[in-house]
Amino acid sequence: MVKGAESCVPLSEVATSNTHGEDSPYFAGWKAYDEDPYDAASNPAGVIQMGLAENQVSFDLLEKYLDQHPGASGWGCGISGFRENALFQDYHGLQTFRQEMATFMEQIREGRAKFDPERIVLTAGATAANELLTFILADPGDCLLIPTPYYPGFDRDLRWRTGVRIIPVHCSSSNGFQVTLQALEDAYVKAEGMKIRVRGLLLTNPSNPLGTAIARHVLEEVLDFVTQKDIHLISDEIYSGSVFSSDEFVSVAEIVEARGYEDCDRVHIVYSLSKDLGLPGFRVGAIYSYNDRVVTAARRMSSFTLVSSQTQRMLASMLADRGFTENYLKTNRERLKNRRDFITEGLKNAGIECLPGNAGLFCWMNLAPLLEEPTREGELRLWSLIVHEAKLNISPGSSCHCSEAGWFRVCFANMSQQTLEVALRRIKDFMKNMKAKQEK
Amino acid sequence: MAKKGVPLSEMATSDTHGEDSPYFVGWKVYDENPYDAASNPSGVIQMGLAENQVSFDLLEDYLEQHPQEFGWGCGVSSFRENALFQDYHGLKTFTRAVALFMEQIRGGRTQFDPQHIVLTAGATAANELLTFILADPGDGLLIPTPYYPGFDRDLRWRTGVNIIPVHCNSSNGFQITLRALEDACAGAESMKVRVKGLLLTNPSNPLGTAITRPVLEEILDFVAHKGIHLISDEIYSGSVFSSDEFVSMTEIVESGGHQERERVHIVYSLSKDLGLPGYRVGTIYSYNNEVVTTARRMSSFTLVSSQTQKMLASLLSDKEFTENYLRTNRERLKKRYEFVVEGLSNAGIRCLQGNAGLFCWMNLGELLEEPTVEGELSLWNSMLHEAKLNVSPGSSCHCLEAGWFRVCFANMSQQTLEVALMRMKDFTEKMKAKQMISSL
Repeated sequence: MVKGAESCVPLSEVATSNTHGEDSPYFAGWKAYDEDPYDAASNPAGVIQMGLAENQVSFDLLEKYLDQHPGASGWGCGISGFRENALFQDYHGLQTFRQEMATFMEQIREGRAKFDPERIVLTAGATAANELLTFILADPGDCLLIPTPYYPGFDRDLRWRTGVRIIPVHCSSSNGFQVTLQALEDAYVKAEGMKIRVRGLLLTNPSNPLGTAIARHVLEEVLDFVTQKDIHLISDEIYSGSVFSSDEFVSVAEIVEARGYEDCDRVHIVYSLSKDLGLPGFRVGAIYSYNDRVVTAARRMSSFTLVSSQTQRMLASMLADRGFTENYLKTNRERLKNRRDFITEGLKNAGIECLPGNAGLFCWMNLAPLLEEPTREGELRLWSLIVHEAKLNISPGSSCHCSEAGWFRVCFANMSQQTLEVALRRIKDFMKNMKAKQEK
Repeated sequence: MAKKGVPLSEMATSDTHGEDSPYFVGWKVYDENPYDAASNPSGVIQMGLAENQVSFDLLEDYLEQHPQEFGWGCGVSSFRENALFQDYHGLKTFTRAVALFMEQIRGGRTQFDPQHIVLTAGATAANELLTFILADPGDGLLIPTPYYPGFDRDLRWRTGVNIIPVHCNSSNGFQITLRALEDACAGAESMKVRVKGLLLTNPSNPLGTAITRPVLEEILDFVAHKGIHLISDEIYSGSVFSSDEFVSMTEIVESGGHQERERVHIVYSLSKDLGLPGYRVGTIYSYNNEVVTTARRMSSFTLVSSQTQKMLASLLSDKEFTENYLRTNRERLKKRYEFVVEGLSNAGIRCLQGNAGLFCWMNLGELLEEPTVEGELSLWNSMLHEAKLNVSPGSSCHCLEAGWFRVCFANMSQQTLEVALMRMKDFTEKMKAKQMISSL
């Protein structure tokens, strides 16, 4: 790094605020991992990264596809498509790619909902999609309601540059952290009391960090609520392809269609290939909106965050192969389920309860019995011990704004089976040590 | 579909997206009736798009000789790692290659530290990011006129920042003067707008001229004196016809051990010099550590596809290739420029003397019915609908003098350019005849 004089040229408020969120435990744990990363051969005592919701369980399927279709990833025989593709920067996105994204989303929902490619707006990742929708649906100072616990990245993604606020909708373990009408009303009233205008509700379905698909009746209730309040609904369905039994996932798109598309211009869906397909590096996100004005505005705004035309082209080929996608989705679900069962069993052997889950790349485990005090501080102290003694980076519930102390998100799909076994052993040992301490 | 809409934000409903301007209207007319030598010889020729298509064959040759750069080569083992890579520091090999390329463009006259490079999905995103970081809503950025029409949207739409034009005129070839800078500042002050920075495009779009060293030095002194930032968008730096005629702001900063480096930020992209706008590769280079850190975090909303980074890292690291490319590309652009200027001259049209870029700045002042924006747009409209040439009117670039137009010449084949010049000649002859008749 070039060392220079202390910067005396002022930067903006946005730049100097800490809404980038990197001072939180969520990121501190990452740093601890970065500085001392586990490797079976070269660093077996290093930190195991369990705080990163990545899907690595099905890469071999992608690799096999590429091996069999070398033309898909390059420009194959003849460079003829190169020029046209390299020039293509139309914010409508490659027609073929949008088509394939729409079809893929239909496949995930097993045809229970239809997606019109003309309503798809591509963005460089779901991070960008969520921020874009926030810019479009809310003004600075307004708020979005978000059920807790929620993905820690939202604090930055939805608030930092937009100036929009988040009002949490508190969920509790008494009913498995399901969203209730009471909780929604309470949050809405709270916003009103603070004189903050509520512009929308953002759901993640299936939920991160809970690892559960939202039940149909809850979705119906939510849709009624947003309709009654005349606000927007963003359904982030980034984990939709990671529900272990495909028929346990109900998309808001299905509810919209069941209601005959009535009053649906308040509904917007976010998707991405980062989780289901395990391709976070390629930056492929999408907004699907039933609202024409939102589609138009989002498309224009996507100029700031377009998907590489090279990547669009390659993935259009891959997704067009129905045999491949059907097999991928089926196999991926099975493997994630197996992993989930494996880790839940392992945690149970260590005396740890998890929230029953049916989706996602993580489980939501309860370590409340281990807390010295049932507070955020108590939780963070425990978390610090886990990171530094057990050398496991997991995500504390407080970073997800969970109102109950002691819950942690543990990712299981971003490592090999062997590494997962090592991690579970460490957890078991850690629990033994903690219990021994407590007994003293 | 419901008819009444759920309200959207101010931002979504404003027209700061700029798509109602002639700049975009012309594009639409082209889109609806595009010229094709074989199938639509009387269609509109697109001369309003600053793309570089003159050197694609060099890229295509390279790809043919290095097919493994485009897929995951022999064995897809590197696929997984690449597909997972979403680190906002960017691929090391790629940032290093970009730094080297930028040095090559400047003939090694300055050094670029890869650790100060922040990648964004295109220069569009880079310029917006810097605006978010350096200025607060309501503040102002000084921009010399005429300027790239896209800035009105890119720098203002989501940021809420104002553009304060620094008016340049033909009396000195539209060079920036200290007087013009001071006047602009005074204007901002009287409107109670706080000026936070100055944004230069060097070489200039739409002028097609490289800014001279004395002017650059004067500008750096000016921003230092005012205590503001300086953004130098050098997106066309590889398109200066004679490489020694380009002076980068980095050279000014580094010569004389300038204390003012903390306020200087460079924008670059591969969209123009390499002709790859579809790949979305932009970059911010800042001497200011705080800006680098903040920009990096903010780039999460606009990351470059890891697939694209990997592919281009190989290409840009091949010094032999890049040397040859830069040299050949410059020669070809120079030839095109001379050809166009000659052709326009034959049509009785004078151009500003240029030495860079993908366009010329021509003067049709004599053909205007009245020396006003309306007169200019009326002429522009005739050119579009009668001559079927889409050129960009100076007023869309905020030029204060009516009658100037930007004409792009690198986004089409030589044959198409010849057709365009013939049409231009016919058009000006017709217009002059009309003028003569009406003055009788």
